[in-house]
Amino acid sequence: LDFGYHNIVIWHKFPRNYDPALHPFEVSREYTRALNATKLERVFAKPFLASLDGHRDGVNCMAKHTRNLSTLLSGSCDGEVKLWNLTKHECVRTLQAHEGFVRGMVVRYCGASFFTVGDDKTIKQWKMEAPGYGEEEEPLNTILGKTVFTGLDHHQKDAVFATCGQQVDIWDEQRSSPIRSFTWGVDSFSSVRFNPVETELLASCASDRSIVLYDMRESAPLKKVIMTMRSNTLCWNPMEAYYFTCSNEDYNLYTYDMRYLDRPVTVHMDHVSAVLDVDYSPTGKEFVSASFDKTIRIFPKDSGHSREVYHTKRMQHVICIKWSSDNKYILSGSDEMNIRLWKANAAEKLGVLAPRERQAANYNQKLKEKFQHHPQIRRIAHHRHLPKNIYHQTKELRVMKEARRRKYVNVRKHSKPGSVPVVSEKEKHVVTVVK
Amino acid sequence: MASPGEAVVGDTHVGEKKKPTSRYWEEPQEDGKNENKVVKDGEQTEQSLEKKTRQTQKAKKRKQEEDQGDGNKFISGKSDPFPGPAPIPEDRLQKFKRRDKTKKPRRQHYKLKDMITRSEEASEMAQKQAARFDLLLPEDAGFLEGDEDEDTCTISQEDIADVVDITSATKYFDLKLSQFGPYRVDYSKTGRQLLLGGRRGHVACIDWQSKQLMCEINVMESVNDVKWLHSEAMYAVAQKKWLHIYDSNGIELHCIRKFNDVLRMQFLPYHFLLATASATSFLQYLDVSVGKEVAAICTKTGRLDVMCQNPHNAVIHLGHSNGTVTLWSPNQKEALVKMLCHQGGVRSVTVDKTGTYMVTSGMDKKLKVYDIRAFKPLKSYFLPAGASCLSLSQRGLLSAATGDIVQVYRDVWNTPVSKPYMAHRVQRTIWGMNFCPFEDVLGVGHGEGFTSMLIPGAGEPNFDGLDANPYRSAKQRQEWEVKALLEKIQPELISLDPTELGQVDRATFEQRHQDRVKALGFDPLAKEKFIPKYKKKGRSSTGSVERRKRQVAHEDQRDVIRKTAEDKMKIEKERKKREKKEAVLSSQRSALDRFKK
Repeated sequence: LDFGYHNIVIWHKFPRNYDPALHPFEVSREYTRALNATKLERVFAKPFLASLDGHRDGVNCMAKHTRNLSTLLSGSCDGEVKLWNLTKHECVRTLQAHEGFVRGMVVRYCGASFFTVGDDKTIKQWKMEAPGYGEEEEPLNTILGKTVFTGLDHHQKDAVFATCGQQVDIWDEQRSSPIRSFTWGVDSFSSVRFNPVETELLASCASDRSIVLYDMRESAPLKKVIMTMRSNTLCWNPMEAYYFTCSNEDYNLYTYDMRYLDRPVTVHMDHVSAVLDVDYSPTGKEFVSASFDKTIRIFPKDSGHSREVYHTKRMQHVICIKWSSDNKYILSGSDEMNIRLWKANAAEKLGVLAPRERQAANYNQKLKEKFQHHPQIRRIAHHRHLPKNIYHQTKELRVMKEARRRKYVNVRKHSKPGSVPVVSEKEKHVVTVVK
Repeated sequence: MASPGEAVVGDTHVGEKKKPTSRYWEEPQEDGKNENKVVKDGEQTEQSLEKKTRQTQKAKKRKQEEDQGDGNKFISGKSDPFPGPAPIPEDRLQKFKRRDKTKKPRRQHYKLKDMITRSEEASEMAQKQAARFDLLLPEDAGFLEGDEDEDTCTISQEDIADVVDITSATKYFDLKLSQFGPYRVDYSKTGRQLLLGGRRGHVACIDWQSKQLMCEINVMESVNDVKWLHSEAMYAVAQKKWLHIYDSNGIELHCIRKFNDVLRMQFLPYHFLLATASATSFLQYLDVSVGKEVAAICTKTGRLDVMCQNPHNAVIHLGHSNGTVTLWSPNQKEALVKMLCHQGGVRSVTVDKTGTYMVTSGMDKKLKVYDIRAFKPLKSYFLPAGASCLSLSQRGLLSAATGDIVQVYRDVWNTPVSKPYMAHRVQRTIWGMNFCPFEDVLGVGHGEGFTSMLIPGAGEPNFDGLDANPYRSAKQRQEWEVKALLEKIQPELISLDPTELGQVDRATFEQRHQDRVKALGFDPLAKEKFIPKYKKKGRSSTGSVERRKRQVAHEDQRDVIRKTAEDKMKIEKERKKREKKEAVLSSQRSALDRFKK
């Protein structure tokens, strides 16, 4: 029992007697409450908060500020970089960083400067503060590379960063040439990410359908897994940093344990087109994915299907996605030049909650959990309205999958026993692991 | 008595047995000591058991943290005389026990195991805390106790009223209403308001503690029954023809013509359902929150004038003239249960608050107690006059009206009772009787009006403010009404076991398969019918088609049959081999064989 002030006041008003005989129909009443809570959750589910417009071309990459919750950086396909103040929903600074696409962007761990790479084969370092009056907007440092860079990431606590393009390069911030270059018979990489805990480890997605792991201290890559389709990006789980999730061209996301690459831990299905980007929540319990099918989906880390899907009529192919560091918001950048701000929990009430409000919210949450498997409640909680084309495509995919399964079963049935093995969904998508 | 201003009774024999509640800081009494010991022993055994059984590391860690809580020595060197948390009596814990421990899954299922452990820990903590909270309840319950060789039933109401405090004394009163009687009686859920319905049309509602008349009307029609609805703002009156609903000012709100010839009514407060039993043998349910008829069941058993509800599971009990009692829910057109209880007709039925016991009285002048969960008779009593009206109080006192005498019995289900706990004679035949909730009061409606009696120990002394609060303000009532309406239980959830909804639904394979078919839109397990391909050159003659069909017929069973046949052959082979070996062994003759007989 909580003897807080609030409860004391309540007891004074209402003498309580917890005798179960005075409170009949406990279960039915709780069930009714849970049903109401679930319905209200659907009523209050209004996830879309704001749209940040200002870019003159599609948003190609975004970066979270490492120290400041309200700052967001975004780079567009015309080489422009914008800094946004999220609380005011406004752009605070614009700079023409590159010619052509801004391919990658990362904020230094100290938050004082950020790096961008672009189609013009340069890496530029910029100060986070805007230049003073009369000063020119100039990068702190510019490195001219030999080839186009497609992505970059910064080390968690050293002055080291990594880029990818034709090969994966490790750069010292003080030098103009890479201190290390990794190649493994591939022509290009699409993304590179540092492990947030084992800070010397990196992972990258290559165009030969592989995901390659590196140790920065070694000269050769560690190992790679080749899948049936190409992965676009990957993201490490910030809490259990031996897990990473990659977004794949075959409409799925795969969570791997980096120690056992021979099969993914979970296959996350639901998208109906290529998945372009993925980002973990800071709690490591969920991640959000952006897809070419114009939707954003939120997956629990160990569930095969999404718990939430966000879409609007105007949002086109979503290219980049970020989960804010306070675990409350999701930011999506899409083709039609807008950045959208979403709530991570669609029905959550924003702002400061009164104690009673919070208590009620917690109680409702628990009730929903308790009765989540009851068919009536599950139906309401799981129902989502989807755009027509996605709805139909989902159906179509299901039919295709079923046909494939049926055929496989028939093949198995009519061949020599043992000659056609059962391949699980997880094993299906992995070709080999190379060390 | 439940009123807060309780006077201490002087030297008379009238008094409540007030056992001083034992506090843990007082001189430990014998039984307390034992309890302590028992609890400690239990803990020790628990601990040793835990050491033996291998637990997950998390659970161990949690346990360690708990153990560190009772450090036995302070910095000053003194040791804590009462180490650990205060012990909780076993019976009190038992009172708050919701269910037995869940059986843990045998293998693997680590997540599930962990979840079960956690939820069990939480529920155990809740149980303990609720049991601890019982200590803080402001009132104690007790009964009237006579001196040696004195029966409590000889103590008259006047005696009691003389010695109790003046507030309680005012609760014994008579209303002389000889003109329109006899009266039916109903108390509101909080016990503050009283509704009287006279046979000849007189309806009155009274705030009976302050004796304030809220409204008084004459409906100019015979009145069969009266009932409060969910709050004291509305009540239903079953009149000669139709069912009427009035508000507390006596204004007629509704006349419900769908409900005709109603004889008895029951209100299910958590479902907002008014159940009515009519002379045309219809049992009807009215949802008073939306004003719709939920169910109308033709019981086909004749005139229904005996009715009560089971407050534990909202099942309606009806008594019939052929001696049966039937149980009904609005979801089923047939009775849930039919019990043959009496040899004559059933005169009255009542069910206790916990839904464990049912008490019936019949034309055969018997009073019977049943365990309604197991549908077993427990006790049978013979009342010379027979009881026409029964009522059970919140704490299990049974009042029975025999002619013009009210008899109150104590504990009829456990011990065989020979004498009533209390008795009282009213002027004329009793027609309606009800215990007042949260008060030690029994309201009796009879031919001469209404009598309010004092029955010590009848009502629950501690009310719950969030459920039924006798002292609530208008604002609080409004708030409560909104909350109660929000958590109105749907009539579909009425069943014999109210906890059924919280149990694991072990659906049958067929049902799960049906659901799957519904969700997928096709049957994944359906066998496709084999249609032989059409072949030319006369190879699709009926005979060859049948032959081809026979080739694939029962394909799924063939493997099984083949396997069993192979196994049989194998076993047979082995058996033969063994026999052969034995035969060889037995045919060998040894030199010692000649000594055998």
